[in-house]
Amino acid sequence: MTPGHGPEPDASTLRAARRRLLFDMLGIVASAAGFGVVFGLTARANGFSPIEAMASSVIVFAGASQFLAAGMVGAGFGWAAIVILTGLVNARHLLYAAALGPWLRDRSRGERALMAHVLTDESFALSLVHFRRLGFADRRGYWLAAIGGVFIPWNLATLAGVLGGQVVPDPRLLGLDIVFPAAMAGLAVGLATARREVAAGVAGVGIAIVVGLASDPRAGVLAGGFLGPVVGLLVPRRDPKVPEVDELPADPASFSVPNRSDDGLAP
Amino acid sequence: MNIGLVGLALLMFAVTYPARAIPLLAPAFERLPPRALEYLRLVGPAVLAAIAASQVLVATGAGGRPVLHVGIEAVAVLACAALVAWRRNLFLGLLVAIVAAAAARALGIG
Repeated sequence: MTPGHGPEPDASTLRAARRRLLFDMLGIVASAAGFGVVFGLTARANGFSPIEAMASSVIVFAGASQFLAAGMVGAGFGWAAIVILTGLVNARHLLYAAALGPWLRDRSRGERALMAHVLTDESFALSLVHFRRLGFADRRGYWLAAIGGVFIPWNLATLAGVLGGQVVPDPRLLGLDIVFPAAMAGLAVGLATARREVAAGVAGVGIAIVVGLASDPRAGVLAGGFLGPVVGLLVPRRDPKVPEVDELPADPASFSVPNRSDDGLAP
Repeated sequence: MNIGLVGLALLMFAVTYPARAIPLLAPAFERLPPRALEYLRLVGPAVLAAIAASQVLVATGAGGRPVLHVGIEAVAVLACAALVAWRRNLFLGLLVAIVAAAAARALGIG
């Protein structure tokens, strides 16, 4: 059994898991909405028209690079530099897609192609936790997290920011700038259910800080994301519920991520 | 109304979408060896923790150089992580983090 190939849970289990997903989404929606407004304001301040700001949020749909581009456009950088930096900043999505790939392999190519466009930090975190919770790739859960949790709030908030941002108070004063990093940390804790995951997370933090201070915070995130799991693999697994790497079947088609009941992020 | 920057958005999409799509669409990614699958299991906690740490602990200092910053943001994020570990409740963690940051700033200590 491979991720996503497990038996479909019964209806009540699925409903319960989706309720927990909805609960987990609340903070993400607030974060996406808060920062969407800030992006709209930033884009407007840097000379973007409402159509251009919305094109960025709909077509690119990757917040960090959108902020980067808005700032660089305002500072007079050429498009080539912006595009190259965008590629580097968004390279982390490769890791997310690779991690979700085994779960979503049953979906049609067309659906996976659409799923790819709405794959973000937040939708990855929410859907991976949801899939692991169920031991099953719930496609509706993915769309709910990606579209309902991020795409719609982000785009509506961008529109609000670019059209009428003057009346929105500073998100920092409301503490909304904390939501994104706090949500990432909380979701990481939710995924760290065994020694290796904890080691990978701790190593990811350490590497991100060291590399970020030495070069650039975005490079730190990439380095932490790539090298943290390597450190995790060096740690012997003690959790009897999770198979050791060497115990995993040679055929990935028979590999499964255990259905855990103890990684819940909701009550 | 200007639409020139729509072209920039399309170019940014052109360098972003492949990273999102290739692992989902390429057949090679569907037959990964067990060690690679185990590695990918660990990507989630590593990259999410890295993002959180980078956001709150690495700031831009004088001259645009990255500097270590330990402020209310880090405290709030740590509080959120601790609450999630303890209560398994992300929403509660976020709520506490937001209130802590907003209160600290209102008191001038953030």
